[in-house]
Amino acid sequence: MNFFVVLRKELTEQWWTKRLLIVAAALAAFGLASPLLAKFTPELLKSVPDLPAGLADLIPAPTLADAVAQYVKNMSQFGILLAALMSMGAVAQEKERGTAAMILARPVARLEFLLAKFAALALTFTASLALGALGCWYYTLLLFEPLAWGPFLALNGLMLVAFLVYVAVTLLCSTLARTQAAAAGLAFAGLLLVAGVGSLPRLEEYSPGRLFTWGAGLALGNADPAWPALWVSLGSIFAALAAAWLVFRRQEV
Amino acid sequence: MIRVENLHKHYGVVRALDGLDMTVEEGTIYGFLGPNGAGKTTTLRILAGLARPASGRASVAGVDLAADGRALSRRLGYLPEEPAFYPWMTPREFLDYLGRLHGLSAAERAAQIRELLELVHLAEAAKRRIGGFSRGMRQRLGLAAALVHNPEALLLDEPVSALDPIGRKEMLETIENLRGQCTVLMSSHILADVERVCNAVGIIARGRMVVQARREALLERYAQPVFTAETADAASAQRWAGRLQVQPWAAAVSVEGERVRVTVNEIARARREILPSAVAAEIVLRRFEEMRPSLEDVFLQLTGKEAAQ
Repeated sequence: MNFFVVLRKELTEQWWTKRLLIVAAALAAFGLASPLLAKFTPELLKSVPDLPAGLADLIPAPTLADAVAQYVKNMSQFGILLAALMSMGAVAQEKERGTAAMILARPVARLEFLLAKFAALALTFTASLALGALGCWYYTLLLFEPLAWGPFLALNGLMLVAFLVYVAVTLLCSTLARTQAAAAGLAFAGLLLVAGVGSLPRLEEYSPGRLFTWGAGLALGNADPAWPALWVSLGSIFAALAAAWLVFRRQEV
Repeated sequence: MIRVENLHKHYGVVRALDGLDMTVEEGTIYGFLGPNGAGKTTTLRILAGLARPASGRASVAGVDLAADGRALSRRLGYLPEEPAFYPWMTPREFLDYLGRLHGLSAAERAAQIRELLELVHLAEAAKRRIGGFSRGMRQRLGLAAALVHNPEALLLDEPVSALDPIGRKEMLETIENLRGQCTVLMSSHILADVERVCNAVGIIARGRMVVQARREALLERYAQPVFTAETADAASAQRWAGRLQVQPWAAAVSVEGERVRVTVNEIARARREILPSAVAAEIVLRRFEEMRPSLEDVFLQLTGKEAAQ
């Protein structure tokens, strides 16, 4: 079973190439900054000189809901972007450089090769999101009130599933493309497609983006469950990986 | 050991392989020769499991490529023309990674890596990042990588093309030392290298095997003996060449300044008559030599015929 050997190499590579550090630092920073921004943005607005009279009174006092909304907004935007950026070269770069040929001439199944890449990215995002969540939870505790652990964990679990949809779709694009540049183009097209389909009124309920609003509701105790979005997201991850494998197993490297 | 039967491969309308047959006997170092685009790299890539044939069969040590590619990859070592590595790894780390993929134990990996780095003269660079390696160093590391699991058969695609003369000599010596330890299938366009280390040769042109045989048998069968001579002046060379051209044993006569080159088809008769013809024509010879037929002569003769067809 060479899955774990390749996974070990993938994780070491993420460490050496500082990709792990970039994702961890970015998500930790946005996690920490979210409650801070929610708390101090109204204060900053109020301190603007020459503010029209009475306007300062209209700016509402920040609440726990603002902290959670800020967290979800930051994480969804930057998490998705990082998911695409980190995954787009995963397979295409190895094909373009020739390292895929060096490794796949060994007793390594192509499924192992692909799954190890996905697993490494999933672990990176899990660890980075955990850091971000910890930072958000701590500063929310300091600046607002404690967030309930269970629902907050559920929010982060749902966000992770959404990120992994983008990781899997980008990995598929990276498998389809021969070069990194082509993989980047395909990945952004895929990203726009998923976002575009998710914004259609009838399809929104099934989109990975819906997981963020469901998670936010869970954390604040007013959840509007979106089970179809969860099943579709998990199905999309599986389908994208299966499609990547079907393409890759017949591909010449 | 390595058998290829009726292998076909197309890239669009281009026929890269057109019914290739090849047999590499166990323990031989087989030189796989052919002009650019003849299908050498495609054949090696198919054997390494990196490309798929349109039809045909290939096997190594009785293991069929189509039936069990994974088992085959355990028996094969493969060095591509331009081996690629992870630039952030050291040679030691890269070989260790490959050793793990082949299921070697920690002790086996440590011993094998030490031995291989010595073999390819990279022991001193063992802790340097591969990203800073020259092309020659990469080629040598590629050979070590191909040997990491002690394969039964080794596929080498132009293994010395990137090396300087010293590196080439060392690499060829290393390959030569593998004789008897594993079967080597080595593609090259440097005929002198093939002639030096290979004991069997296959010549491929336009995706088909033109001829394959033991090196000596091939030379005996196809190479026509050649005599070269240097006369005192160019006029003498022209005069003697005119007399030689009408001899029934002379297949071709060419003159270049004071030098005369005679390709013969009846070696025994030519040996008896060529010098007396010079004496009869009162030619002063500064140098006279019967040349050993070279693989290059055979290659040009056979691939030339194939191209003409």
